[in-house]
Amino acid sequence: MKIRIKNLNFYYGAKKSLKNINLNVMENMVTALIGPSGCGKTTFLRCLNRMHDLYPGNRYEGEIILDGRNILEKGLDHIKLRSKVGMVFQKPTPFPMSVYENIAFGLKLTGVKKKSEIAERVEKALRDSALFDEIKDRLHEPALALSGGQQQRLCIARAVAVEPEVILMDEPCSALDPVATAKIEDLMTDLKKNYTVVIVTHNMQQAARVSEYTGFFMMGEVEEFDLTQKIFTAPSNKLTEDYITGRFG
Amino acid sequence: MNWFFLKRKIYNYTALTLSLLSAAFGIFFLFWILKDVLAMGLPAMGRAFFTELPAPPGTEGGGMANAILGTLLMTVLATIIGVPSGILAGTYLSEYGRKSGVASAVRFLSDILVSAPSIVIGIFVYAVLVRPLKGFSALAGSVALAIIMLPVVVRTAEEMLKLVPDATREAALALGAPHWKVTVHVVYRGALRGITTGVMLAVARVSGETAPLLFTSFNNSFWNVKLTEPTASLTVTIFNYAMGPYEDWHQKAWGAAFLITAAVLLVTVTARIFLRRKGRAE
Repeated sequence: MKIRIKNLNFYYGAKKSLKNINLNVMENMVTALIGPSGCGKTTFLRCLNRMHDLYPGNRYEGEIILDGRNILEKGLDHIKLRSKVGMVFQKPTPFPMSVYENIAFGLKLTGVKKKSEIAERVEKALRDSALFDEIKDRLHEPALALSGGQQQRLCIARAVAVEPEVILMDEPCSALDPVATAKIEDLMTDLKKNYTVVIVTHNMQQAARVSEYTGFFMMGEVEEFDLTQKIFTAPSNKLTEDYITGRFG
Repeated sequence: MNWFFLKRKIYNYTALTLSLLSAAFGIFFLFWILKDVLAMGLPAMGRAFFTELPAPPGTEGGGMANAILGTLLMTVLATIIGVPSGILAGTYLSEYGRKSGVASAVRFLSDILVSAPSIVIGIFVYAVLVRPLKGFSALAGSVALAIIMLPVVVRTAEEMLKLVPDATREAALALGAPHWKVTVHVVYRGALRGITTGVMLAVARVSGETAPLLFTSFNNSFWNVKLTEPTASLTVTIFNYAMGPYEDWHQKAWGAAFLITAAVLLVTVTARIFLRRKGRAE
């Protein structure tokens, strides 16, 4: 087990957005979070790297235990946490610099200084995210000139290059066409050999295809959390069944 | 065609005509100014204009070399004082202060400063710098120009930094980057062109200021590069020569007016082209 969430509550100011979440994220597996819009999936995901701390007025209760340590405790080094728990966002977020520099930026943060090592690891990250052959002649062009799908894979490459342990993905395919989506799903399957992946998705087939465990969120609570196979074939909760069969949501 | 559509058409053409006339009205004066400045100023140009010192009053000839140098010197010094502090203040507003009370206060004050009459700033600098130092100086002139420049740079820097999406900041922070590195390496990178353009426009604006220099750098008929001495500038020279009794002075004032207009136009157009190219790249 990589992350254990115990009785987590989360507040945006006075509004309680997550209620008593209990959930386990398994190591080297993909955990999918599904549920209707506004149910708290993304809010929950952003608790795992404490992204909410960037904005004032947000508050956590409970425990999120990553490798035996509660990451909600006071005085935690957010920078260290975030270098261990990487994130890929819904829309591609390339930095306004070249493809190469996008990845080198993260590497320099982790203290890689030698130019040859940076070049090597940039190439490796791009190969790992199946992007190298497509864009090897465009490494020094602005990342913003790539297509949406390429930008998103670049963002994954960038997140992977710094060798985190957990990768959080917030609807990484929602802005992409089916071909680009298929490429990213293949990539997720590769990633779990080395990383623990948590993905938020609106696409139920995607959750079924890529994940081992699935959590169904509803109104800020986890209605059901189980093996993906079980959730999609024999859900024990009526709400889950209604949602995955498309009766609401 | 029924009355309803006819009415719409009439409204449409009326609005179109009025807005075209207003646009023509504005552009008409711009071109009139440019035409006059060009026609009256160009004859004054010549090698002497750029290389010689002003001739004694009443005698023909001479040039404005010292005023050209003075304007350059004070504009550069004002930029050195005003731009870094303006960019840093803009950074505070966009990256750190955001919605805080201090940030709102800074925004409000800088908006007031933008609309402060430049002559008031001139008098202010006279009171705090010229009198204590017992003399007009290039330094005082530069400080006055820097104060005029400051709020413009602050707000442009803030606006340009705000154009960088928050998602980009979050992505950089999510990699484990400290806040300052995100600002310096990612956000500045995205706002670089916009800020550069804003700075160029601010420089162009202050290089044409007269009022704040009247009480600060004053004037000088000789070469001067000492920051503690009174210094000639093109704008103050225009002011003095245009008010003077000699036809030759009037001619020279037009020449200086042409030079400063051309310089400002050049900087502004360069800045526009620079900004447009950015639009195409992204």
